[in-house]
Amino acid sequence: MSTTVIGTSRPHESAQLHVTGRAPYIDDLPEVAGTLHGALGLSPVAHGRLVALDLDRVRAMPGVVAVLSAADIPGVNDCGPIVHDDPILAEGTVNWRGQPMFLVVARTRGEARRAAALAAQVATIEPLQAVLDPLEAHRLQQYVVPPMHLQRGDAAAAIAAAPHRLEGRFSLGGQEQFYLEGQIAYALPQENDGLLVHSSTQHPTEMQHVVAHALGLAAHQVQVQCRRMGGGFGGKESQSALFAACAALAAHRLQCPVKLRPDRDDDFLITGRRHGFEFRYTVGHDEAGRLLGAEVEMVSNAGASADLSAPVMTRALCHFDNAYWLPAVDLRGYCARTNTQSNTAFRGFGGPQGALAVEVILDEVARRLGLDALAVRRANFYGTEDRNITPYGQTVEDNILAPLVDELAARGRHDARRAEIAAFNATSPVLKKGLALTPVKFGISFNVAHFNQAGALVHVYTDGSVLVNHGGTEMGQGLNTKVAQVVAHELGLPLERVRVSATDTHKVANTSATAASTGTDLNGKAAQDAARQIRDRLAAFVAARWQVAPEAVQFAGGQVTAGTQALAFTELVAQAYAARIQLWSDGFYATPGLHWDRERLQGKPFFYFAYGAALSEVIVDTLTGEWRLLRADVLHDVGASLNPALDIGQVEGAFVQGMGWLTTEELRWQPMDGSRAAGLLLTHAPSTYKIPTANDIPLEPGALDVRLFGHRNPADSIHRSKAVGEPPLLLPFSVFLAIRDAVSAAGGHRVDPPLRAPATGEAILDALAAVQRG
Amino acid sequence: MPEISPRPIRFVHRGHAIALEGVPPTRTLLDWLREDARPRCTGTKEGCNEGDCGACTVLVAERDDTAPGGVAIRHVNACLSFLPTLDGRAVITVEDLPQPHPVQQALVECHGSQCGFCTPGFVMTMTALREAHAAAGTRPERPAIADALAGNLCRCTGYRPIVDAAERMFELPDAPIDRAALRAQLDALAADTSEMTLEDFAAQRLARPEARIVAGATDVALWVNKQFRDIGEPLWITRVPALRRIATDADGTLHIGAAASLEDAWAALAARWPALTEVWRRFASPPVRHAGTLGGNIANGSPIGDGAPVLIALDARIVLRRGPDTRTLALEDFYLDYMKNALAPGEFVERLVVPPSPEGTQLRAWKISKRFDSDISTVLMAAALRLDADGRIAAARLVFGGMAAITKRAAQTEAALRGRRWDEATLQAAQVALAQDFLPLSDLRASASYRLAVSANLLRRLWLETRPDDPLPASATQVREFRA
Repeated sequence: MSTTVIGTSRPHESAQLHVTGRAPYIDDLPEVAGTLHGALGLSPVAHGRLVALDLDRVRAMPGVVAVLSAADIPGVNDCGPIVHDDPILAEGTVNWRGQPMFLVVARTRGEARRAAALAAQVATIEPLQAVLDPLEAHRLQQYVVPPMHLQRGDAAAAIAAAPHRLEGRFSLGGQEQFYLEGQIAYALPQENDGLLVHSSTQHPTEMQHVVAHALGLAAHQVQVQCRRMGGGFGGKESQSALFAACAALAAHRLQCPVKLRPDRDDDFLITGRRHGFEFRYTVGHDEAGRLLGAEVEMVSNAGASADLSAPVMTRALCHFDNAYWLPAVDLRGYCARTNTQSNTAFRGFGGPQGALAVEVILDEVARRLGLDALAVRRANFYGTEDRNITPYGQTVEDNILAPLVDELAARGRHDARRAEIAAFNATSPVLKKGLALTPVKFGISFNVAHFNQAGALVHVYTDGSVLVNHGGTEMGQGLNTKVAQVVAHELGLPLERVRVSATDTHKVANTSATAASTGTDLNGKAAQDAARQIRDRLAAFVAARWQVAPEAVQFAGGQVTAGTQALAFTELVAQAYAARIQLWSDGFYATPGLHWDRERLQGKPFFYFAYGAALSEVIVDTLTGEWRLLRADVLHDVGASLNPALDIGQVEGAFVQGMGWLTTEELRWQPMDGSRAAGLLLTHAPSTYKIPTANDIPLEPGALDVRLFGHRNPADSIHRSKAVGEPPLLLPFSVFLAIRDAVSAAGGHRVDPPLRAPATGEAILDALAAVQRG
Repeated sequence: MPEISPRPIRFVHRGHAIALEGVPPTRTLLDWLREDARPRCTGTKEGCNEGDCGACTVLVAERDDTAPGGVAIRHVNACLSFLPTLDGRAVITVEDLPQPHPVQQALVECHGSQCGFCTPGFVMTMTALREAHAAAGTRPERPAIADALAGNLCRCTGYRPIVDAAERMFELPDAPIDRAALRAQLDALAADTSEMTLEDFAAQRLARPEARIVAGATDVALWVNKQFRDIGEPLWITRVPALRRIATDADGTLHIGAAASLEDAWAALAARWPALTEVWRRFASPPVRHAGTLGGNIANGSPIGDGAPVLIALDARIVLRRGPDTRTLALEDFYLDYMKNALAPGEFVERLVVPPSPEGTQLRAWKISKRFDSDISTVLMAAALRLDADGRIAAARLVFGGMAAITKRAAQTEAALRGRRWDEATLQAAQVALAQDFLPLSDLRASASYRLAVSANLLRRLWLETRPDDPLPASATQVREFRA
């Protein structure tokens, strides 16, 4: 008998397909005869009144079959996920440079792109004042949603009464998802005005709704499928909608299959990304560095529309506490409307931004007091019995921060290395080292309670093979592998007997986005529920035959047993079918105990918290601002891991992705300077937007040492595991703060380095100049 | 629309000789594989369509009697490969690998794929690495593996498992590419070759002075893929074997033919001047270096090209040819103004000539960019410095990329150095002079002030490493040289 597959490091279910190039992404699907190709005509200005489009010129281009604009949309011209301020195709105004104005449909993709490139020549636009800078928008009180306020106690009074007071500002850039597979949708007309849309999306149900509304169809006429994405990271949660809607519009209108795959540069220019934030803060603290009061203003760059900016800001406000007890806070969040791409979800969803702010503040507090930064962090940690209520009113019930950080600090020789680094810096004139250990506490669940539900279907066929379908989407994170493990475990089958099929709105209805790290928690539980129902029916059936209690029936190793009686699962299934037992089932799960007051920002938004910590050591060149990560030790809490290999993959991947955000990944827009490029996102391709490469990680064996903290989730999660997608994105704060530490060393630790993020070579050299000026 | 190629393009794909007629000369291998090949070969992915992500990495094999089995195998970006550049060659994609293959097996074992979209590109790069080492009986260290992967982006894994897989693949049973079969297929193609003599090429150039000369198309392909520019029927300079040669004179003078690949050219330069190894590693990425040419980088004349500052510091000459006539210029005189050079109509770059450095010359070349790998220089400084016995500066050539409209020597800075004792005071005088030499731009890579500050600081690094008193080793001045 084999043991359970739960907790074992199984390869990604598609690994063999990935490495052989046989895993089809949407652009790889066999094209139906007559397939046409779309391309979008983009606004050449950042803000203006769209007076006219001379689309006949575009229609005259070679290969063009049709050119569609807002007027051709039969239903609602909107793809905004919450606030309905996101036209699919521009109508009346254009609000960012790159906003789609029209859709070209042509025989080939190349012909469509060439025709769409005429956009600047065929659009008549009266320019309007454009604002690119979120602080400028904030001055103008130009927001996409009303300001938010999270308050506990009297922060102003606490700061006034505190022994020390600290004021500052911190500027944090945004981040492009850079999913390797760009946005894509392929829409095929179906009978009775229906549509099948293959969409690279984290949210098939939302795509179904947007397409149905845009075309004036009922939801049951629109089928959206996604087998896999070549990465999502949040960028395909809401913003896959524009592409799905455009492909569907053309397919519906022309009654031809239409594929829309924007070029990478267009993908950058059309879609938004992680919100950049500007922070202004005042805190009061005591001699030990304990924060007594904090007033923080957060201005996010929402871009041209609301999209998901409100919930992103909510999560930022709810993660300013990170790992720390904050007795009195006054946090204000402003989602600034600018004439740039509309920013959206990206792994962490505001949490990383909010939490980094408090880490920067504590770093400064420690420096001013001449204390070790880790000591100051520990002094501020949430307690386990008291000092354990978050500013939004949720009790931190499962706090393992102290033992986790102690274990990591010991493993990474934190104290000894701090001394070694000080000694190195004392004798190294050009290169300076820095060290930082930062903790993570991240709330798991959607902040909107009703999104925390999921459904699944499990089919057992008469040969004993099992097909699972659930509402989550596979974007590389290994969700399907974990769900298959859960189902295989329930039915006592080898993993190979369980297959997970494409996410499909015709199978499981009304799904939530695969987001907020909740994919496995929700869909794993739903699939478990379905599998258990089948198992219970089979157990009852065989128990009756064997004259045993159903509870005595065991499913393991492909066998069904009770005492000395045994039957192969396959055999049991065949017998059960003949006895007319239902061999398939649906399953459902809703996360218990959540509530949230959206106005007051109070409640219990999270089912539980995930924890982690990282210790990073860097070396910085004080002449050029070049730097390198020498070593990183990570300890991360995934509860009882369902699949350690996949979980370590998520932790490491998030670490490197977050490191890129905070260092090399810089977004630059051409200022509104009257030049031809005014308002253009200049870093709109991998040639100019630099994500990490293999040479940016520590390469020596063991120098990137990621381990899991073995600790069962006290909450009743799927097999007591914890969500892992987003929390580790916060681990590389340690890299940023280690760079800050090295810069600080160049000034003898007398001055706080005014280091902005991303810490490019230029940002580092600027900060060095400031600390050396003193 | 681009003109139609007049002659069939012939190459080996999936074991068959393909002959394509009537194909536009700028049709890329990537589009051909994904759209035209039957069955469609969709294992090769498009991630960026500009040679920066590596999702479209494929292997290209060609006849080479100096290579194992008489076949040279290199990885390139299919998105930058115009079909005519494949003439006479063989294309190997992820669909062609024998099963099971150690690279694929290692990636599965090490959990090296998550979303899987970049994976076939990594598989092909790793296959090339494995082939190269298997032939030499060696195994790469982890830093060499990371260098080999510099042209492949992965957004999911954080790379560690992929680097692990690149080590693991050498422990698994080999499944080598059948070079003998490839060679036979390539030999069959060679019977009707499109290769030409230098004289024929020069005559064609003279006849078509307006035609675009294309080598690896690593820049030109972007004009087509991104800007839809019509470049007409190009002159394919890599079809001239004589121009692909790299030769050394008895006195050590290096001759680099205009069509020699960047990889071969940098290998030759770094073999002679090890100080150039770092710029070589960081020049574009391996697939771009395999396709592109140093001659193209020089002729293109971008002020942020990394070839020119290094070669000007080495006092290189450029040989220009027009019909049967050649003339030789100092490379620094080749550049006239932004993207303007000294080429006359009908003329082309034949080769670069790099003389041996005078005895005692200290050479340094440092690239500053946002990311170490595969990034465009913010600033590149190349310096050749010679001190006399008294510690005075006998000769100095300081050349900067990214600081002006053209690659330029820092004339006033050099003057501030020449004849002076190489001490802190001289350094400071040189740093002041540098601000007179350049008025750089602010752009998406950096501000003008950073460019000036970092250039002055690179002068300080130069001084720290070359000063007569207590020079510092590179491990004390450069993070990439530091060893824990």
